[in-house]
Amino acid sequence: MADPTKADEPKDATPNVSDVEVAEVHSEEEAVAALDANVERGEPILQVRNLVKHFPLTQGIVIKRQIGAVKAVDGISFDLHQGETLGIVGESGCGKSTVAKLLMSLETATAGEVFYKGQDITRLSGRALKAVRRNIQMIFQDPYTSLNPRMTVGDIIGEPFDIHPEVAPKGDRRRKVKDLLDVVGLNPEYINRYPHQFSGGQRQRIGIARGLALNPEIIICDEPVSALDVSVQAQVINLMARLQDEFNLSYIFIAHDLSIVRHISDRVGVMYLGKMAEVGTDEQIYEYPTHPYTQALLSAVPVPDPEARERRDRIILTGDVPSPANPPSGCRFRTRCWKAQDKCAQEEPLLAIPERFKGSDTPAAHESACHFAEVKDVVHAA
Amino acid sequence: MTIIDPTDAVPAQRPGDHENTGPLLEVRDLHVEFQTREGVVKAVNGVNYTVNSGETLAVLGESGSGKSVTAQAIMGILDMPPARIPQGEIRFYGKDMLTMGAEERRKLRGARIAMIFQDALSSLNPVLSVGFQLGEMFRVHQGMSRKAAKAKSIELMDRVKIPAAAARVNDYPHQFSGGMRQRIMIAMALALEPDLIIADEPTTALDVTVQAQVMDLLAELQREYRMGLILITHDLGVVADVADKIAVMYAGRIVETAPVHELYKRPAHPYTRGLLDSIPRLDQKGQELYAIKGLPPNLLKVPAGCAFNPRCDKAQDICRTEFPPLVPVTEADGTELPGRASACHFWKETIHG
Repeated sequence: MADPTKADEPKDATPNVSDVEVAEVHSEEEAVAALDANVERGEPILQVRNLVKHFPLTQGIVIKRQIGAVKAVDGISFDLHQGETLGIVGESGCGKSTVAKLLMSLETATAGEVFYKGQDITRLSGRALKAVRRNIQMIFQDPYTSLNPRMTVGDIIGEPFDIHPEVAPKGDRRRKVKDLLDVVGLNPEYINRYPHQFSGGQRQRIGIARGLALNPEIIICDEPVSALDVSVQAQVINLMARLQDEFNLSYIFIAHDLSIVRHISDRVGVMYLGKMAEVGTDEQIYEYPTHPYTQALLSAVPVPDPEARERRDRIILTGDVPSPANPPSGCRFRTRCWKAQDKCAQEEPLLAIPERFKGSDTPAAHESACHFAEVKDVVHAA
Repeated sequence: MTIIDPTDAVPAQRPGDHENTGPLLEVRDLHVEFQTREGVVKAVNGVNYTVNSGETLAVLGESGSGKSVTAQAIMGILDMPPARIPQGEIRFYGKDMLTMGAEERRKLRGARIAMIFQDALSSLNPVLSVGFQLGEMFRVHQGMSRKAAKAKSIELMDRVKIPAAAARVNDYPHQFSGGMRQRIMIAMALALEPDLIIADEPTTALDVTVQAQVMDLLAELQREYRMGLILITHDLGVVADVADKIAVMYAGRIVETAPVHELYKRPAHPYTRGLLDSIPRLDQKGQELYAIKGLPPNLLKVPAGCAFNPRCDKAQDICRTEFPPLVPVTEADGTELPGRASACHFWKETIHG
């Protein structure tokens, strides 16, 4: 049976990301050794190239026929540098959580590569994959469902040591767990309690402690604070910032709250319908957005200041996000864009520094996938 | 205890607002408690507020602050028992709803006071078409025929800007997107043109771009029908957009009330100030975020004195022993600030620096 997803595999829409230095390995031992190498601060630690994930849509019960695919992630590329926080924002259904799962190798990619220290983790298996997973950990959104209610906190945080016993010898585990509880600001005496005895913010701290247990280098945070109350959100954000400095972590911070993403991120990527729309430093994205979607997203954020609010001009998008099973031709945002022209329907805009800003060193010169990119300050008062 | 209701004094009457003199809704010293195995949970401890027609009151608070329980008490949809209302009044056009008979309240509910819930997917019945559910309002309250009710539903779906309403009236809730479902909830609340709508976190489950659409629609319809609106939310940003006045709740009490602009400019309660400081700003990159220390109180044993004292930077001995009443807030020179009140022993220090 022909695989239809291979035939219409998207072309790389990000032509100007740097080449990846692929590590030469011939055996599993060499692979594991390469994964132990240190990465200098500021050097790329994770490089994603043209990553694709299509979920097949099938028809029929006995004889399954593929009738299409939900293009959840459709060719995205980015780099994560050591010690930095990369924020990924977008509406629900844009594929940001699928990206997280792909990076964790919880889903197999349809196409594309994820290089961790020069090795493509989508092709690894066995011991090498296990070593990768030790170094890339995740913090989940919902602290109420991501902790097993029948396990004590000590068991939850200590469970990673069962899988990776080389990190902590058996006799030492309880002490390690207590240290971790202390690090995330919980009383180490709570080690024998169950998750239901904790509040939402405390549970999220337990989730963070579990993520830290194996001394990972990268932590992927999928909406880590969106289930928490405002006053507790700030506590958890501050904790995450402190841990980043202390343990030299790199974060991928996925969220839909643009103010929080700005607060914690060094660079921000804006996703729309399985593609990156715009990537840049926090200043470039928030002060000089050039993609109309970013501008609309920023202008829609409710600002807790009624006076600034009245002076801002707001862009209210009409309609909903199109279905990722049948995305629009050309630019995916064109169905909701006020600038859309014929060119947008025919030609897919590449994620690149727009022609008109090329060579200039203004903050507007960052990657934006729009044919008609121009700066519009929507965050500050006009 | 003396009852002070500073929200009463807000000059919220808009031009042309003369026909109704009394307030639309008046909540007076409302208490709600729940009997549980561990003891009595005091969810609401003496809440006072007033809503006039055409006015938006935002009730702001974290989870467990009692904001939703108050709303459910107004709607009369609390499960009793375990809930109990030991004291208080809820006056709708001057008439106390808590002393009304069940049948009389039923006539008000939906027709005169309607509610929009947070999660549209679980609030709509998945096995009935949205047209049927919308039409139910007309069939039950006005005894319309199925056909007439369906025609009305289409009209309503048009009002809340659902595209191709006539074609979609027979669709089921799962066939709509989150934003569209919330529009259907709004349409349902609006069906019988009520005097008061209570919206409990109407946009919390939605994306920012859709959130803006839905809030705009709600504000527009409110202006058009001149309804009173109680907007319950935890999002300081959403409130800033649409509210006329704000009541901040903490541990079952209102700790501060103010007209919307005033609250953001000069909070008069340390809790409000803490909340405002703890949200990151979109237009500037902050350093360390201010975080209110500790956790919201357990309602089984609310701290003595001011309920916020264990988390407050400014707490003194008096805060641990003496209960701070909600007192009117004035300028430093004693000039009255209409609509402002704070339940803090040190409101002067908090507002005037």
